[in-house]
Amino acid sequence: MLEHIELFFKSIFIDNMVFAVFLGMCSYLAVSKKVSTAVGLGAAVIFVLAVTVPLNWLLDQYLLRDGALVWLGPEYADYNLSFLSFILFIATIATMVQLVEIVVEKFSPSLYNSLGIFLPLIAVNCAILGGSLFMQSRDIQTLGLAFNYGVSSGIGWFLAILAIAAIREKIRYSNVPPPLRGLGITFIITGLMGIGFQSFGGMLTGGDDAAPVEDEQRMDYDKISEIEKKELDKKDIDEKEISYNDAINE
Amino acid sequence: MALLTKKDAKLISDPLADNNPITIQVLGICSALAITAELKASIVMAIAVMFVLGVGNVVISLMRNIIPSKIRIIVQLIVVATLVIVVDQVLKAFAYELSKTLSVFVGLIITNCIIMGRFEAFALGNGPWRSFLDGIGNALGYGVILVIVGFFRELLGSGTLLGFKVLGDPIAKTGLYSIGYENNGFMIIPPAALIVVGVIIWVQRSRNKALIEDH
Repeated sequence: MLEHIELFFKSIFIDNMVFAVFLGMCSYLAVSKKVSTAVGLGAAVIFVLAVTVPLNWLLDQYLLRDGALVWLGPEYADYNLSFLSFILFIATIATMVQLVEIVVEKFSPSLYNSLGIFLPLIAVNCAILGGSLFMQSRDIQTLGLAFNYGVSSGIGWFLAILAIAAIREKIRYSNVPPPLRGLGITFIITGLMGIGFQSFGGMLTGGDDAAPVEDEQRMDYDKISEIEKKELDKKDIDEKEISYNDAINE
Repeated sequence: MALLTKKDAKLISDPLADNNPITIQVLGICSALAITAELKASIVMAIAVMFVLGVGNVVISLMRNIIPSKIRIIVQLIVVATLVIVVDQVLKAFAYELSKTLSVFVGLIITNCIIMGRFEAFALGNGPWRSFLDGIGNALGYGVILVIVGFFRELLGSGTLLGFKVLGDPIAKTGLYSIGYENNGFMIIPPAALIVVGVIIWVQRSRNKALIEDH
């Protein structure tokens, strides 16, 4: 149970799809001009991630990884098909997106009207493929955890696009230097928000030590925690974000 | 006879500046930013994208009359995925350390919006040679931004370029470090890449007022 809670918060805040690994940036920048469309796309991303990550976990476990084919018989134990994972993952995602679109259209026309136009876009959203690839490289252990990872990374992405859409709606009334208008200022705001999200890195350990992460990321996190100590005053960016989120809820 | 006609040359030069895939068309940012903490990774990523986009554009362009339009997205995905597997296997065989640094981002070339965008917008309607040039041009435009970001992040963040200590040794206090210069650790963290790209956009749009957006 504890590992579920840990993975949930870690995927939403610490390894946030947008702010920590820049996944799904294309649609994040293109569809964040209005809060209502941002909500639609965000919901669709949560939905598709929740379906495709567990599915790809099963594929990885029983077809792709080293020795995964052993359930066919002992003579298959030596096969390692992991080089096929890109093509299988993306095929699964594209198929699932089509299937989900058809099913939703049939059974819930109202949901289709709000999500429908975003679903085809999602097949080529890096966040979806990224979810499956990180699931594979982080070696997630059970189907339940894979589902959890899919949902919580989706929620993280949803929060990010919601926040930036709200900020972009407000920033229309500010006096931004003309060359920065639109894309430029969005990049810089996202960068500042990312720095704010970095401070969640201390959440799992209580703050003083670097989070216990896989060794390939370890070095990065060590560097980051040093920087964080210097830049504790960046906290106020978070507070700003929270107040923006409150504004949306109202 | 010139190798490239004027129209063909434009296909390559346009994406480098006024129609840059990253700063103007806002495509392909997903995999671009996370790997730019080092110049070397940026260069390798740019080359990988150039290969995938150049060859992929030719393949799609050759098949453009036989792909049924309803399933074109999945056909495009399969073509890109195949090319990316080739890149990934080559990297794993000849540059294993680097493929570790790039980790999942090589795989994410598949969903790089530049590639799908160029397939849709160009390769489906043009011949193979022009598609090839368009692919190379756009990959160059993408690579230029990646290299600029990688250059500044590595120089300011770790004081090195391609691993060489160009600013002196921070521990032995030689070069610039002897007068009290310090590396800016801020540049190493991922969000700094966004800010650097934001500044590049700022500079580009200040120089060319026609690119300024309303809001």
